Amino acid sequence: MVQHPKQLVVVGGGMVARRLVDALRSRDESRQWAVTVLGEEPRAPYDRVALTSYFTGRHPEDLALGSQDLWDDPLVTLRRGVRVDSIDRDARTVTTSGGAVLPYDALVLATGSYAAVPPVPGNDLRGAFVYRTIDDVADLRAHVERRRGEVDRPVRGAVVGGGLLGLEAAGALRALEVDTTVVEFAPRLMPLQVDDGGGEALRRLIEGLGVSVRTSTATSRVVGDRGTVSRMEFDGGDAVDVDVVVFAVGVRPRDELARACGLEVGERGGVVVDEACATADPAVWAIGEVACIDGRCLGLVAPGYTMAEVVADRLLGGAGTFPGADLSTKLKLLGVDVASFGDAFAQEPGGLEVVISDPVAGVYKKLVMSDDARTLRGGILVGDAGAYAALRPMVGRALGGDPAAYLLPEGAGPAPAGDLPEDATVCSCNNVTAGAVRCAVTEGGCTDLTGVKACTKAGTSCGSCLPLVKKLVTTELERSGVEVGNALCEHFDLSRAQLFDVVRVQGLTTFTEIIGRHGRGRGCDICKPVVGSILASLGTGHILDGERAALQDTNDHVMANLQKDGSYSVVPRIPGGEITPEGLIVIGEVAKEFGLYTKITGGQRIDLFGARIEQLPRIWKRLVDNGFESGHAYGKSLRTVKSCVGSTWCRYGVQDSVGLAIALELRYRGLRSPHKLKLGVSGCARECAEARGKDVGVIATDNGWNLYVGGNGGFTPRHAQLLAEDLDTETLVRTIDRFLLFYVRTADRLQRTAAWVEDHEGGLDAIRAVVVDDSLGIAADLDAAMAAHVDDYEDEWAAVLADPEKLRRFGSFVNAPDLADDSFAYVAERGQPRPATPDERAGGVLVAGTTLEVRR
Amino acid sequence: MTVDVTEPRAGSAPTTWVAVCRLDDLAPERGAAAIVAGVQVALFRTIDDTVYAVQQLDPYSGAHVMSRGIVGSRGDAPTVASPMYKQVFDLRSGECLDPVGREPTTLDSWATVVRDGVVHVARPEAEVSP
Ligand SMILES: Cc1cc2nc3c(=O)[nH]c(=O)nc-3n(C[C@H](O)[C@H](O)[C@H](O)COP(=O)(O)OP(=O)(O)OC[C@H]3O[C@@H](n4cnc5c(N)ncnc54)[C@H](O)[C@@H]3O)c2cc1C
Ligand code: SF4
Ligand code: FES
Repeated sequence: MVQHPKQLVVVGGGMVARRLVDALRSRDESRQWAVTVLGEEPRAPYDRVALTSYFTGRHPEDLALGSQDLWDDPLVTLRRGVRVDSIDRDARTVTTSGGAVLPYDALVLATGSYAAVPPVPGNDLRGAFVYRTIDDVADLRAHVERRRGEVDRPVRGAVVGGGLLGLEAAGALRALEVDTTVVEFAPRLMPLQVDDGGGEALRRLIEGLGVSVRTSTATSRVVGDRGTVSRMEFDGGDAVDVDVVVFAVGVRPRDELARACGLEVGERGGVVVDEACATADPAVWAIGEVACIDGRCLGLVAPGYTMAEVVADRLLGGAGTFPGADLSTKLKLLGVDVASFGDAFAQEPGGLEVVISDPVAGVYKKLVMSDDARTLRGGILVGDAGAYAALRPMVGRALGGDPAAYLLPEGAGPAPAGDLPEDATVCSCNNVTAGAVRCAVTEGGCTDLTGVKACTKAGTSCGSCLPLVKKLVTTELERSGVEVGNALCEHFDLSRAQLFDVVRVQGLTTFTEIIGRHGRGRGCDICKPVVGSILASLGTGHILDGERAALQDTNDHVMANLQKDGSYSVVPRIPGGEITPEGLIVIGEVAKEFGLYTKITGGQRIDLFGARIEQLPRIWKRLVDNGFESGHAYGKSLRTVKSCVGSTWCRYGVQDSVGLAIALELRYRGLRSPHKLKLGVSGCARECAEARGKDVGVIATDNGWNLYVGGNGGFTPRHAQLLAEDLDTETLVRTIDRFLLFYVRTADRLQRTAAWVEDHEGGLDAIRAVVVDDSLGIAADLDAAMAAHVDDYEDEWAAVLADPEKLRRFGSFVNAPDLADDSFAYVAERGQPRPATPDERAGGVLVAGTTLEVRR
Repeated sequence: MTVDVTEPRAGSAPTTWVAVCRLDDLAPERGAAAIVAGVQVALFRTIDDTVYAVQQLDPYSGAHVMSRGIVGSRGDAPTVASPMYKQVFDLRSGECLDPVGREPTTLDSWATVVRDGVVHVARPEAEVSP
C-alpha cells in the first residue's frame, strides 16, 4: 500500500525553519513527512547571525546556510517571496499572499521577529533603516554610498540602540567610513549583558573605534531635508547632524498570524507554546524567535535551533522537550571583545563575584561563582573574551583551581579543554557537546577541524566556539596517536611559517645549514621543497644553484611539468593571455617540430605535452630566442593572471583589464609561494574573467578597482571575498603586494589563500588590518621585499640555457645523454599524439612518437 | 659501457661490475638515470658519497622516473620518493617504506662500488629487465 506522506507547512523561511527541515529530513527515515516552507524573503534561509559580514565583502550567497542540496529533496518544497496571510485552523489550511490555499497536517510557525522601530517622528524618512535582513543591509549600504557621492565630507550616521545589535551596526557603519554616534537610552552600553563596570570598559573600547557614545539619551525625533534624514534631536534639546539612522532598539515577535487565528499570545507578544513547542492546537507549533516559551521570547539562534530539534522529534512521535535556554552571548565586532554568559548579573542568591578590572586598558572581567567559590555560575568579559569559549561550557560545574586564574590575560590562563566533561556544551549555537566533538574524531574518523565542523556543525554559526572546538580536536587527535601540531615532517619540528621566519631572520641560505640548525636527518620530499620554496621566496638566487637543486621536486628541477608517462609539458608565459600572431606561430612551430600535443589551458595559455627530458633545453632555446620566458607552470608560484578583454574592446568595460593583468603578471612572475597562485582581472562587474575564483581577483568599477582575495577552483571551490573597494591602480598594486607576501610568509605548506584566510586568527578582517592599516607594522618591510623581488627577477630558463653546468642535468642517461628513452609509446588521436594505454602497449603495435623529430 | 672487472663472491655467482660514470657526474642527493647492460637504472649519490642503484621503472606509475625523485632520509634509511605518486623507498634495499595507500612493492636494487672516482654497478641479470 502506498502511503501518502503527511503535509508539514512551515511559515517563515529563516534560520530556525531551515534547521527544522534539516533535522526532519535527516531523521524521518521512513519519509512520513513532506515539507513546504513558505518564506517572505526572496531567498533561501540564510545566516542572519553573520549578516554584518555582508559589509566586509561577503556576498549574499556566502551567507547561505549549509548545503543547498536540502532544497532538492523531492519531499522538500521551498517557496520564496511568499507571505502567509491567514490560517484557517478548522480547515487546516493556510492562504498565501498570492491567494494559494495549502492544506496541512501540521503547521509550524517560524516567523521570527520584526526589528522594532521607536515611535519617533521622522522614523520613516529616506535614510532611516532597521538591521534585520539582507535587503536592509544592502539598502543601508547603497544609501551610504549615494550620500558619499553627494556630500564632500565624511558621511555621518547614528545608531539608535547600544545593545549587541546596535554595536554591530555601528561597527558596520565605521567599516563604511561613516562618522558614527551610538545613542543608548540606558545608562550604559549593552545593558542586558553587562553590568556598570563592564559598561564603562566597553564604552572605552567603542570610543577607541572612533564611534561617539551617548548613553542615558532618548531620541525625540528625526528631522528630514527634502525627505531624507538630516538631523536627529534628543530629549534634552541637543541634536546631531546625520545622513543615515539605524534603529537597533530590539525585536518584536511576528505573531500576527497567530493572533488572527485565535492562538494565545504572550503578555509581551509571541505565540505561547509548552515545553514541546506545541500550541493549544495540536496541529500547530511555534519555534524560534516567535515562540513564547516559559513566558518569554528568546532572541538568539541557539534556543531556536533546540526548538526546531524538539519539534522534529515530536513530529516523528518522540517526546523531546525544550531544556531551557542558554542566553550566553558574544559581541561580534572586531577589536571589541565582549561576552556574557550564565548568571551574569548574579541574580541567583548566594553568589560570589570575582572581578578584575583595568579601566584604562578597557578590560573588565567578572566571574559569578557559587558561595563556596567552586562552581561557575556565569560571567562578563569585556576587552578580552579569550576565555569565553572555554568558560561557557563550565557554567554549573566546578571550575577547579582559583577562579581568578581564568581571568588572567589571554594565554596566561589555564586551558581546560582537555578535561571538559562529555556533556558540556561547547557550541551553543548548534548544541554540540564536548563528547560529540571527541566522538567525531575517535569514531567519525575526522582528522581535522574542517572535518569536525562538517560532521558535527560545531562552530558553523557565530564561530565563537571555534578556539575551543579546535583545541578539543587537537587533543583528541593527539590522544589517538595522530601526528598534529604544525611540525613540517620528521625532520623539522617547526611549521612552514616558523621556518620561514627563522630562515629570513637568521639569513640562512643553504639546506645543510638550515637542517643542521633547526632539524635532523637529510630531509624528505616534504621539507626539501618547502625549504627550496622559502629560499626562492626570499630571493636568494636561482632555484638550481648548487645544493639547492637537490631540494626541488622534479617539476622545479627540470622546470617543466611531469606527466603520467614520464614525459614533461612545457608552458611559456603569455601574460594576461595576450599573444601576437607571430607568437602563436612560434609556439605552433615548436610543437610541430618536437611532436608535442597542444592544449589551451584554463589560465589562457598554451601547454605543450610529451617532451622528453633531453628535449627540454632545445625546446626552450627556440622559445627564449623568440622572446618567450618560463611560465612557471611547474612551480608553487604565480601561474597566470587571467583577464577579460576589458574596456579596450568590450562595449561594457570600464577599465583596461588586459593592461592591468599584464602589469600584475610581469610584477609577480617568479614569486615562489606555499602553493600555486592564480590571479584574475575583469573589466567590469560582469566578471567575464571569473576573477572571484582566483587567489586574487580584481574587478573594475567606475571609480577604480575592487580587490577580492581567497578564491579558488578545484576540489573545494571558493569565491574570493572583498578585501578593499574602489582602489586606484597604485593602491591596488601595493595592497596585492602586501597580501601576497603576507601569505607567502605565514601560510602552511600547500595551503591555498582561501584556507589561509579562513585559518588566520581574526580571518579576513585581521588580514585587512595588516595589509591595509599596517596593524603589525610590517608593511614597509613587505613593500621592500616585493620591490626586491621585482628588481631581482630573471627568467629561470634563460639563466639555465646560459649555464652549461645546469644544462647537464637534462641528459636522458648519465652514461648516454643523447640516447632517447625508448619506453615511451604514443598513439594518434584527433590528429595529435597521446600516451598509449597499457592495453595498447601490450598489443605491441606502437612506435615511439607520432612524428619524427627534426633536430637543428 | 665497458665491462671491466669480474670478481668471485663467496658462495655465489661472480659479480660483473659495469663502469657507468664518474662520481662527479652525479650531483649529491640527486638521482640520475643510466643504462646498464640494457636496463634503465636509477643512481643516487647521498651526502656521504655513497652511490645506490635501484630500478628506474616506477612500479606504481609504469613510467621510468625513479631517478627524478627527491632524496632524503627516514630515520637511518636513505630514501627516494617517487616523483609521480610519492611512494617512499629505502635506497639500500629497494624496500617500500610508504606505499601511500597502495600495496608495497620492492624495487630491484643492485650493488655499487666507487673505484678511482668511477661508479660501478653490479651487472643486472637478464630477468630483471623491464
Ligand atoms: C545583525 C544580527 C546579528 C545577530 N547576531 C546573533 C548572534 O550573534 N547570536 C545569536 O544567537 N543570534 C543573533 N541574532 C539573532 C538571530 O539571527 C535570530 O535569533 C534568528 O535568526 C531567529 O531565527 P528565526 O528563524 O526564528 O527567525 P528569522 O531568521 O527572523 O526568520 C523568520 C523568517 O520568516 C519570514 N516571515 C515572517 N512572517 C512571515 C509570513 N507571514 N509568511 C512568510 N514568511 C514570513 C521572515 O521574512 C523571515 O525571513 C542576530 C540577528 C541580527 C539581525
Ligand atoms: S567583464 Fe565586463 S569588460 Fe570584461 S569582457 Fe565581461 S563585460 Fe566586458
Ligand atoms: S557557539 Fe556559535 S557556532 Fe558554536
